Amino acid sequence: MAGLTPDLLAMQVFAGLALGAVYVLMALGMSLLFGMLTVVNFAHGAFYMLGAYGAVALLGYGGNFWVCLFFIPLAVGLVGMAVERVLIRPLYGRGIDYPLLLTFGLAYVIVELVRIGFGTEDLPFDTPAALTGAVNIGIGYFPLYRLFVIAVTGVVLVGLWLFLERTSYGLIIRAGARDPQIVRILGIDVGRVWLVVFGIGTGLAALAGLLAAPLQGASPDMGDSILAIAFVVTVVGGMGSLLGAVLAGLLVGVVVSLTSLVAPEAAQVAVFVLMAVVLLVRPQGFFGRAGLMS
Amino acid sequence: MSELGNRALTRRRVLITGAAAGAALCSPAIVRAADNDIRIGFPVPLTGPYGTEAQDQVRCAQLAVDQFNAAGGLGGRKAVLLSRDDKLKPGEAATRAIELIEKDHADVIVGSLSASVQLAVNNVCKQRRVLYNSISQSDQITAMPDWSPYTFHEALTPHVTAGAVGRYAFPRFGKRVAFLSADYAYGHEMVAGFRAVGAPLGIDVVADISVPLGTTDFSTVLPRIAAAKPDILCICNFGRDQHVSIKQATDFGIKRTSRIVVPVLLYTARVAGGATAFDGVIGGTSYYWGIEKTVPSAKAFNDRYRAANGGRVPSDYGALGYGGVYAVLKAMKEAGTTATDKVIATLQDLHYDAYKGPQFYRPCDHQSVQSVFIIESKSKDMADQYDVFNVLATDPPNVDALMSCKAEGHA
Amino acid sequence: MDGAGSTVAVHAARPDLLAFATRHRATLAAVAVLVFPALLPFKAVAADVLVYGLFALGFNLVYGYLGLLSFGHAALFGGGAYACGIVFTRFGVPWWAAVGAGVAGGAVIAAVIGALAIRTRGIYFAMVTLALAQCVYYAAYEAEGWTGGENGLRGVDVSAITLGPWHVDFVNPLTRVYVIAAFVVVALFAVSRVLASPFGAAMEAVRENEARARACGFDVRATRWLAFVLSGAVCGLAGALHALTIGIVPVETLTYTTSGLVVMMTLLGGMGTYFGPFIGAAVFLLLENLVSLWTVHWQLVVGLAFIACVLFFPRGVWGTLLAGLRR
Repeated sequence: MAGLTPDLLAMQVFAGLALGAVYVLMALGMSLLFGMLTVVNFAHGAFYMLGAYGAVALLGYGGNFWVCLFFIPLAVGLVGMAVERVLIRPLYGRGIDYPLLLTFGLAYVIVELVRIGFGTEDLPFDTPAALTGAVNIGIGYFPLYRLFVIAVTGVVLVGLWLFLERTSYGLIIRAGARDPQIVRILGIDVGRVWLVVFGIGTGLAALAGLLAAPLQGASPDMGDSILAIAFVVTVVGGMGSLLGAVLAGLLVGVVVSLTSLVAPEAAQVAVFVLMAVVLLVRPQGFFGRAGLMS
Repeated sequence: MSELGNRALTRRRVLITGAAAGAALCSPAIVRAADNDIRIGFPVPLTGPYGTEAQDQVRCAQLAVDQFNAAGGLGGRKAVLLSRDDKLKPGEAATRAIELIEKDHADVIVGSLSASVQLAVNNVCKQRRVLYNSISQSDQITAMPDWSPYTFHEALTPHVTAGAVGRYAFPRFGKRVAFLSADYAYGHEMVAGFRAVGAPLGIDVVADISVPLGTTDFSTVLPRIAAAKPDILCICNFGRDQHVSIKQATDFGIKRTSRIVVPVLLYTARVAGGATAFDGVIGGTSYYWGIEKTVPSAKAFNDRYRAANGGRVPSDYGALGYGGVYAVLKAMKEAGTTATDKVIATLQDLHYDAYKGPQFYRPCDHQSVQSVFIIESKSKDMADQYDVFNVLATDPPNVDALMSCKAEGHA
Repeated sequence: MDGAGSTVAVHAARPDLLAFATRHRATLAAVAVLVFPALLPFKAVAADVLVYGLFALGFNLVYGYLGLLSFGHAALFGGGAYACGIVFTRFGVPWWAAVGAGVAGGAVIAAVIGALAIRTRGIYFAMVTLALAQCVYYAAYEAEGWTGGENGLRGVDVSAITLGPWHVDFVNPLTRVYVIAAFVVVALFAVSRVLASPFGAAMEAVRENEARARACGFDVRATRWLAFVLSGAVCGLAGALHALTIGIVPVETLTYTTSGLVVMMTLLGGMGTYFGPFIGAAVFLLLENLVSLWTVHWQLVVGLAFIACVLFFPRGVWGTLLAGLRR
């Protein structure tokens, strides 16, 4: 490999980790929904896209990027909660296929509604002025905005961890995931817990989409490709495992990046080869519970 | 271009189809043709990522039809445009084309907006001996074994566009060249076009990276390109891939050391990518409305389009819809018939100036020989929202710029 | 054990019509398949309905009768289409041999994917099949010399079919659709026979209760694998017919959206019912055609219909109809 310097290799690994940051946000939400509600959310990519379009709309009304960063995940999370209450709730207890298929149809609807509202063409999305340009990180120049995305992901991870591990509500969520029956017997409204979890999961997807918008603009079908990768990350990490989602997200990012170095054409399929290998060797993924959903 | 346009189009379609729906339940007929009408089948991806371009193609093609009908048609015979949604899928396009031929008895097929789709439609038309004028770029459609005497190609080829851009850029900006392409035939054809014109100019290829079609994150290949320090980065992809890769290359600071050039600089990609990201990007195009300052037929076409579409301007690929239908109808009029063999014979000798200056079809492969415009994206001094490019140069129609008939496998 | 399985259970109270329909389900389905193209004004879509109906029928063997949700069936459909197209264009074999190659191609790919995937269950089965199918897609995409890559394989042109004394024009819309219908009818009878066989009973036993099936002496893995291969053969046939109908093999036949499409069709029609997949394919394709008549936003309507189906008719159009009849 001509021109492969240690700096370039380090840069590839770093670029992979940065790429993995967005995957982590997507997979966290997806894994949360699966682990707590056993919902395989095929509309996760659509919620991701809603994050980007929500920001486009809010910016159109004079908001700025920082306002979007706070309000859009909240707003999309509320949409997600409405979806849970109206569409997903009747399906609990009817097997894993039904929520999966329903969200499959829901993704069509959300994407098409956005096409009706915003048009089919891609929309430009400028990087916030304070975050434009590339900075030297010692091994080469790297876009400042991508460093910011890593930072936001880190903050979200810490916040989510504190929420789940250190608050009483987090305790209820974790208990609800393990044994909803007992939680219900203890007099806790499990339905409300699930509602909140759905809100958090879809809100995280929206945040990922919002963060991706300055990198690639907004388009109605932008969720399609990331959905496939989010699935891979969730499955490789072990469905329902948040730690697994984080590690697998970063791993997939690095795999894509290093594959790009030797055989860029194979960057996409490398992800699926990784998933196939992991599943065949360890069917429950890195941290998944064996026998889950069998 | 805007959602307003889409809505207007949709509403019109609803009105027209509403009237026909009763008679044609279950059939996707948008316009019902009378018995002696000239039927032009027009499969384009009305939905999907290129929906905007496709809907503009329909608007432009309709202009050509209206113009033909207003001038009396073919001895009183009117033309109708039967547009169909191919969803940007070759299989769907083949089904639609078969249906257009078998059920709607289309006299000719014009359309499609991607290499794979046009090759699929071409395959259908070839087998059924129906004239097909393709309005999307490909090197393969004019070459054997895909080409047939029924195949015409109104669009430019990757070989020609990349060649024109290379001839302009390589002597001006430097010899160290990097390629970033999408991994499919069209991407490879554009790289090959650049290499063909670059070799005699002595270019030094410092990187040649091909990434999967539909890649949305180029951060894993851009550091490598930056490290190669090219004078010119040729980005050989289309649509969404194009504006995303240009935006991210800009973010990575590539423009500090390199010029970004693209074989086909798309109007819609520029709009989607934004002025800042595209600033200074140079590319080729088959059409940009701004050539109207020097080309009278472009002025006439733009004015007609503006009048019909609330002052907006046609896009590059949209205009191809006009050119494709215009040429076929003109040939029918000159031949005085819609009989396929006669129309083919007329088209082969046809010299026309539809909307962009003089054009003609090369006899051996029916490729339309036409000019390529070299344009540069700008971020300031824009007169209005449509004023996004400067026209730098015009590569005039030249048979020698085409791939030779022999290289394409024609006897 | 009644071979009809859960399809149209022979109800003691209504033995008359339903029992008759169950006993002769293949014949009735064949009649429907033969009459239907004549009713449609456009044969290109009729051929599509037949092809996708057959594809869904094959998929349903795994999903409906075995209880495994596969998201990788595009590899079997597309694999069959490519096998057919490649031997036809590259080796110049007769069209009927190419169809045979399609069946074999689908079965071989299914044998490999199945051998790897049946180790997993539930959602993991869906994901492994998806991942392996993506690998098949990528392989076909890169093998441009054989498959045409992204541009697809062109030139699968069958213009005339000669069978002994008969000579039919395959470009003619009506004959083309009936040649395809003939293959579909053969497949319908074959699948019906398999479902009525002891193997069909084994499939059902495995789906209903794996542990009990094992205790009863069924080889669960072998049953699963064989059913998957059988499904591959049927889907491969569908793929081959698709290639002959449109004269090309587009690479989209291998994408995961094609896998998703067949899931939608099967669910819409009624999973685990014998004829439901056909109904699902017909409803889906006709709905899509009808809706795109008046709006480019057909996906909205299709998506809503799908949601409604999951919420209110989880048994699908055909399944709900059958349940209603049985009551």
